[in-house]
Amino acid sequence: MASSPKLNSKIPEGTIENKWTKYRSTVHLVNPANKRSLEILVVGSGLAGASAAASLAEMGYKVKVFCFQDSPRRAHSIAAQGGVNAAKNYQNDGDSVYRLFYDTIKGGDYRAREANVHRLAEVSGNIIDQCVAQGVPFAREYGGTLSNRSFGGTQVQRTFYAAGQTGQQLLLGAYSALQRQVGMGAVKLLARHEMMEVVTIDGKARGIIARDLVSGKLERHFGHAVLLCTGGYGNVFYLSTNAMGSIVTAAWKAHKKGAFFGNPCYTQIHPTCIPVSGDHQSKLTLMSESLRNDGRIWVPKKKDDNRKAIDIPEEERDYYLERRYPAFGNLVPRDVASRAAKERCDAGYGVGTSKMAVYLDFAANTERYGKIEATKHNLHNPSKADIIKLGKEVVKEKYGNLFDMYKQITGEDPYEVPMRIYPAVHYTMGGLWVDYNLQTTVEGLYALGEANFSDHGANRLGASALMQGLADGYFVIPYTIGDYLSEEIRTKAIPTDNEAFVKAEKDVQDRIDKLFAIKGSKSVDHFHKRLGKIMWDKCGMARNKEGLTSAITEIQQLKAEFWKDVRVTGEANEFNPELEKAHRVADFIELGELMCKDALHRNESCGGHFREEFQTAEGEALRDDDNFAYVAAWEYKGDSSFELHKEELKFENIKLAQRNYA
Amino acid sequence: MSHGNMNLTLKVWKQKNKDSKGKFETYDAKGISPDMSFLEMFDVVNEQLISSGKEPIAFDHDCREGICGMCSMYINGRPHGPKQGVTTCQLHMRSFKDGDVIVVEPWRSAAFPVIKDLAVDRSSFDRIMAAGGFVSVNTGNAKDANNILIPKPDADEAFEAAACIGCGACVAACKNASAMLFVSAKVSQLALLPQGKIEARERVLNMVAQMDEEGFGNCTNTGACEAECPKSISLENIARMNREYLVSNALSKK
Ligand SMILES: Cc1cc2nc3c(=O)[nH]c(=O)nc-3n(C[C@H](O)[C@H](O)[C@H](O)COP(=O)(O)OP(=O)(O)OC[C@H]3O[C@@H](n4cnc5c(N)ncnc54)[C@H](O)[C@@H]3O)c2cc1C
Ligand code: SF4
Ligand code: FES
Repeated sequence: MASSPKLNSKIPEGTIENKWTKYRSTVHLVNPANKRSLEILVVGSGLAGASAAASLAEMGYKVKVFCFQDSPRRAHSIAAQGGVNAAKNYQNDGDSVYRLFYDTIKGGDYRAREANVHRLAEVSGNIIDQCVAQGVPFAREYGGTLSNRSFGGTQVQRTFYAAGQTGQQLLLGAYSALQRQVGMGAVKLLARHEMMEVVTIDGKARGIIARDLVSGKLERHFGHAVLLCTGGYGNVFYLSTNAMGSIVTAAWKAHKKGAFFGNPCYTQIHPTCIPVSGDHQSKLTLMSESLRNDGRIWVPKKKDDNRKAIDIPEEERDYYLERRYPAFGNLVPRDVASRAAKERCDAGYGVGTSKMAVYLDFAANTERYGKIEATKHNLHNPSKADIIKLGKEVVKEKYGNLFDMYKQITGEDPYEVPMRIYPAVHYTMGGLWVDYNLQTTVEGLYALGEANFSDHGANRLGASALMQGLADGYFVIPYTIGDYLSEEIRTKAIPTDNEAFVKAEKDVQDRIDKLFAIKGSKSVDHFHKRLGKIMWDKCGMARNKEGLTSAITEIQQLKAEFWKDVRVTGEANEFNPELEKAHRVADFIELGELMCKDALHRNESCGGHFREEFQTAEGEALRDDDNFAYVAAWEYKGDSSFELHKEELKFENIKLAQRNYA
Repeated sequence: MSHGNMNLTLKVWKQKNKDSKGKFETYDAKGISPDMSFLEMFDVVNEQLISSGKEPIAFDHDCREGICGMCSMYINGRPHGPKQGVTTCQLHMRSFKDGDVIVVEPWRSAAFPVIKDLAVDRSSFDRIMAAGGFVSVNTGNAKDANNILIPKPDADEAFEAAACIGCGACVAACKNASAMLFVSAKVSQLALLPQGKIEARERVLNMVAQMDEEGFGNCTNTGACEAECPKSISLENIARMNREYLVSNALSKK
């Protein structure tokens, strides 16, 4: 298979270890005087956007940052819990850049680009250095050094963390760096602004149309380059662990303006989330993967066992992950753990009232920690109650905020009874296709962080999204953007009365008018919920040809109905959350169709993409490397029409193999 | 569509924009389940309003799990409602009784103008951060992370201060509309760490100057902020900031 001529991944020559080093020392630079006249628009202020904007401003570029929340500090990255990976080998447990590279390629089920992943592993250590220098309060040992924990899909401890609030602390670090540049006048901040359209002139991205969400006014902004750092689109499923604003709008507008969409169907379903409890629910809550360090997952051995968890004796419990995957046990990758939970529940072994849940149980480790503490405190012959009490204190220090959150939502105390958990939509590996420079198929238009099709292949390992977002923003884009901007130093700022800006703004205005004109009978949420249900049932944890085929028809019908019957209240020129949602859901509907088409065309199972027709006798994902070792990059060809382009994935350093965690 | 069996009366502040005058409107919230979050209860009410052709209630929210700091409602006279240590999005309807009347208002402070209904403008917090809430280190200048050793108790204390979500409840709770708890949390976090110590003096002076410029009130140590803070940010931070400020101010006048 050869890659499509429309996809030039621009992977540098040289051995995998040398590509990035060599690239960095040969890439074109922009001199400081020229930087001052080059303007960069950064859409999104999460880890990717804030780190990119701060770094580019420090380098001397003129930067504008857009986000739809009221402050850049509220980007969805703030919600990340468990940790961030880096190949520091501080634990002396055999970690290395190569091992992180290898784990990520394997974890992604061999569907990621080797050169990008290696670069990610190389810069991972710098991220921790940078964050510590900014004052990010990572967890520490008594000796004052940084502490680590384990995440899934690895056998080393390389995850750095700040209790269950790692994303918060990393984002506040990047946000501080950003605000410093704002204070110095190097960055102009436009919060409560939503990007509605990309403006292209002669095939290059030259700006955006943004809506001021307070006044409702449309604004034109010019940039020599546009960076989309707009996060993932998990909310296409309506229910997910994502914030309400994890939307596809920016990426989708870019897609319609020529940016190819990579692997849209690759969705991560996270195994440990609080189960759905009723139809009022607006979101699902994650219980961090770090809990799998200390929690054991089980279901009763007997079907429809209605006893309470504590009344089920040890020998009647099925620790199915430990049974099926002894080498990795509870720490298998997410896709594997999620499918295993679904398998047990579908087979009738689920727990709780809905029977769609499994137990995550901390009792064994609470006791183990209690014993260690008792020994540390020189307590001889401590009672069981004392041990449990001491153990609970340790568990509290490690996961206190997560346990509190669980209790608040479910009304049950996880210190006393095991948590009930079930998989939920969590992350989208798919996104805008980018080359090695993080540039999309539109010149001057870049995608960073979760918004790009990413280094995670068909399944992301835990604690790797924070790593990737910060790698892209702090350490990759500052170099790779020079490759493009060094050619742009003669381009003067284009006045925004240019016809391309006028036309783009008019398109947005027309769409707003159209939405208001419908005056239908159903709310935006009504359509969103219906879309979510189609996606979850037919393009979720398990997919098949029949379901996907019918999903495509259903989504097309839903789209027609939306444009006939949606009701958008309020006015255009005011703060109007209903109007915001209407735009976003309209884009989700179109994306949903493409996701199903992508899932349907990929006649194999890999990572998070599980096609029931393609599995091993043990129920594991069965890849087809001869026919599908490629990135599917879709080109928009007009209403409901997409053309597939393939980027061949070459594995020159890691041998393709069936994943094995047993 | 019915979800549960609680019926409530809401009195909600409605205000078209920052220049218009607002007033309370009364709404029925029917069929509410105790498992809903406060915001999910609003979703239900809004859905009913939309289907009867009325304007929904505008409010800010995003993560809905207590970490982004976006949600901001003054519920029955208390920021984030009756429960200690939680944000509005984490407040569940089981904290209320069938038949309750619930009064909901936006944050009230001159430094937080109302945008619409319950949504307010908190950009003043961003400007305070831009004045000094950082360590001046450019990307690429860092040395190996473990070269900076930090005693665990200091790291833990810094982390606790850093847990502030920037929601503004402290300001809303304070009769003087003081932002001291928010500002002191950042000042403390950075002052507790060797990385932040170097600029500690300038930081506190600059952040406090910006805070005053934004129109926040003075702190008279009533402690209302700590009591209402959803992240239990401690008053000790204010004490630490006051010490930092006095020393820095004295030194800067020399
Ligand atoms: C609950 C949860 C826990 C997680 N825990 C971990 C973890 O422990 N470790 C880990 O590695 N990863 C974790 N992840 C994943 C990780 O948090 C995200 O993948 C990552 O933070 C995404 O960062 P980002 O910068 O790409 O985008 P985001 O942080 O999502 O930021 C997107 C930004 O884009 C802006 N935006 C979007 N569209 C527009 C538009 N049209 N106009 C203007 N602005 C726009 C938003 O305002 C926002 O500022 C977790 C995810 C969730 C949901
Ligand atoms: S100190 Fe507490 S109340 Fe004030 S902004 Fe921070 S988290 Fe909110
Ligand atoms: S919505 Fe994020 S804290 Fe409430």
